[in-house]
Amino acid sequence: MKEAAPQSAEQSAERRVTTYREACREGIRQALIGDERTFLMGEDVGLYGGCYAVSKGLLDEFGPARIRDTPLSENAFVGAGIGAAMAGMRPIVEIMTCNFSLLALDQIVNNAATLAHMSGGQFAVPLVIRMATGAGRQLAAQHSHSFEGWYAHIPGLKILAPGTIEDARHMLKPALADPNPVLIFEHIMLYNAEGDLDPNLQGVDITSAKIRRPGRDVSLLTYGNSLPKAMEAAELLSSEGIEAEVVDLRVLRPLDEETIIASVSRTRRCLIVDEGWKSGSLSAEISARLTERAFFELDAPIMRLCAREVPIPYAAHMEEAALPQTPAIVELARSLASPQ
Amino acid sequence: MSSKTHLDRQHALRVLQDMLLIRRFEAKCVELYQAQKIRGFLHLYDGEEAVAVGVMQALGARDAVVATYREHGQAIARGVPLGPLMAEMYGKREGCCRGRGGSMHIFDRAKRFFGGNAIVGGGLPLAIGIALADKELGRGAVTACFFGEGAVGEGAFHESMNLAELWGLPVLFVCENNLYAMGVPLEQGEAETDIYRKASAYRMPAEMVDGMSPVAVESATLRAVESIRAGNGPYFLECRTYRFRAHSMFDAQLYRTREEVELWKARDPLVLMRSWLEENHMLSAQEYAAMESEVEREIDEAVAFAEAGSWEAVEDLERFTLMDEVPE
Ligand SMILES: Cc1ncc(C[n+]2csc(CCOP(=O)(O)OP(=O)(O)O)c2C)c(N)n1
Repeated sequence: MKEAAPQSAEQSAERRVTTYREACREGIRQALIGDERTFLMGEDVGLYGGCYAVSKGLLDEFGPARIRDTPLSENAFVGAGIGAAMAGMRPIVEIMTCNFSLLALDQIVNNAATLAHMSGGQFAVPLVIRMATGAGRQLAAQHSHSFEGWYAHIPGLKILAPGTIEDARHMLKPALADPNPVLIFEHIMLYNAEGDLDPNLQGVDITSAKIRRPGRDVSLLTYGNSLPKAMEAAELLSSEGIEAEVVDLRVLRPLDEETIIASVSRTRRCLIVDEGWKSGSLSAEISARLTERAFFELDAPIMRLCAREVPIPYAAHMEEAALPQTPAIVELARSLASPQ
Repeated sequence: MSSKTHLDRQHALRVLQDMLLIRRFEAKCVELYQAQKIRGFLHLYDGEEAVAVGVMQALGARDAVVATYREHGQAIARGVPLGPLMAEMYGKREGCCRGRGGSMHIFDRAKRFFGGNAIVGGGLPLAIGIALADKELGRGAVTACFFGEGAVGEGAFHESMNLAELWGLPVLFVCENNLYAMGVPLEQGEAETDIYRKASAYRMPAEMVDGMSPVAVESATLRAVESIRAGNGPYFLECRTYRFRAHSMFDAQLYRTREEVELWKARDPLVLMRSWLEENHMLSAQEYAAMESEVEREIDEAVAFAEAGSWEAVEDLERFTLMDEVPE
């Protein structure tokens, strides 16, 4: 591609505009090309083209054995993915959305997360489970959950939340190379996001949080679809002279405490933004760790902006009010950064 | 009650009108979706009207209904008032669920309509419990539980079937087999494609029914309800039908051919019923036109009701997360 590009288009050849959805698809394609033991399995991944069109075209390219359509039976096909991983395959299981992963919770929590430990290390579960997460499309309570924080409660799992096109493209490879079950949460509001993808980027790690925007005044710790909101907020704050540092958590389990603590130690103020609920949550966990390890670095109490404690309602204005939004991030960050 | 369907003229016209109401209501929903008045997921019942309308003819007010996310047809056939139904799709305070549920979650306590459920198979265990309560409380009611053939793949289906038979519960299982679960054709989703045969493994009486004929559905339901009310436990109907439109509003329909859809459209329950009535001199062109304008009037009224509705105050966002008391 690079060779074919005319001289004048040098820049656009360097960075390719793509979408989060296409980036997810390309990640899967390369995984399938790179390892014969890898296959994609889930509801409507083949004939239908994926419920969010991520796997569109892959059935034609790879055939039905490697793009395996399943009936509605989340508990069974997730369990089958676990079994196949134990027996030598490297499956990618797609659950349409995290809402339906509840039907597979038993297999994920009681099997995937425990088998390595219970078997005294005789078995590993090198499995990737991808699922869409989040709210924002007026799909009402049963289709708007954010369960990544819940899953991050479970030892034996690794939890990833790509919030950028780069991560959507590259997190899958290290996830598949990992000997453990890795759950990847793709936010439904990000699939259409467009952006550049550096073709020279060879990969990303799945161990660290990333500072997406440096700043000295306040740390915004976030991930997923709250990341673009935090970036937007940081932009607005900057015009007021407040420099917010945006930390993309990316890896929700295990948490990259060092990056988080380093950022908060610099800014001395911290706002956690999470689309999950507050009670017993990921944001609570981060707050607790900061309190344990960086309490004396803080100049102000830690703040959290999370989903309101309600099943996500259908009506647009109510859904919007239930979720963390940019203006609220700006307001809270401002109140942190400019104490009265 | 006799299980013989009385096809007297008035009844037949009522059935046609109910089906027409559903069809036109949903056509209006599509318009409103394009106008962005209705958002979220919208699953249409086009082509499947005979199932809900046929089943509801055989149910009474004391009976209960458990629905799916493709439940506008089930709700309308059950008599859920159109205004609050449309207002719910708008997300208005005057909606039957005060704008919190939307298209996939229509509830109406007064109609014993226990909700649209957006988790495939999610309604089946509820139906077991509702029937259990009705039985224990001596209500003599039947719970009609609707679900697609896709739900049959879920464990909840099998667990519910077993409980219903084991406990002899008054459940009417209504499988709306429209041959596709999203993009999964029946034969790629089920090892046994005659879904009704699964019931026999649970020792449950079952029938395969022509789901494009409201008459066939009604008479099968009458037989089923008679058996259930006689204390014989649950009954299973597999209604063979077809959805004419996409699964929801976002669906390229890569999994089926236009020809196949056209073939099924030739069996459109509305067209068949209407021409049958006309051939038998039970319906004139004039009468049909009158029926159409009555239906349009009802829909216009519902839209006007929704338009005139208000938005729930954002301060009430968390209301109903927990209840202060059990509603009577
Ligand atoms: C547990 C669960 N898994 C997946 C989905 C996504 N989904 C919604 S409808 C559907 C197909 C259901 O097909 P069927 O039961 O035959 O009903 P139909 O839509 O044809 O009426 C799927 C896969 C869901 N809502 N719930």
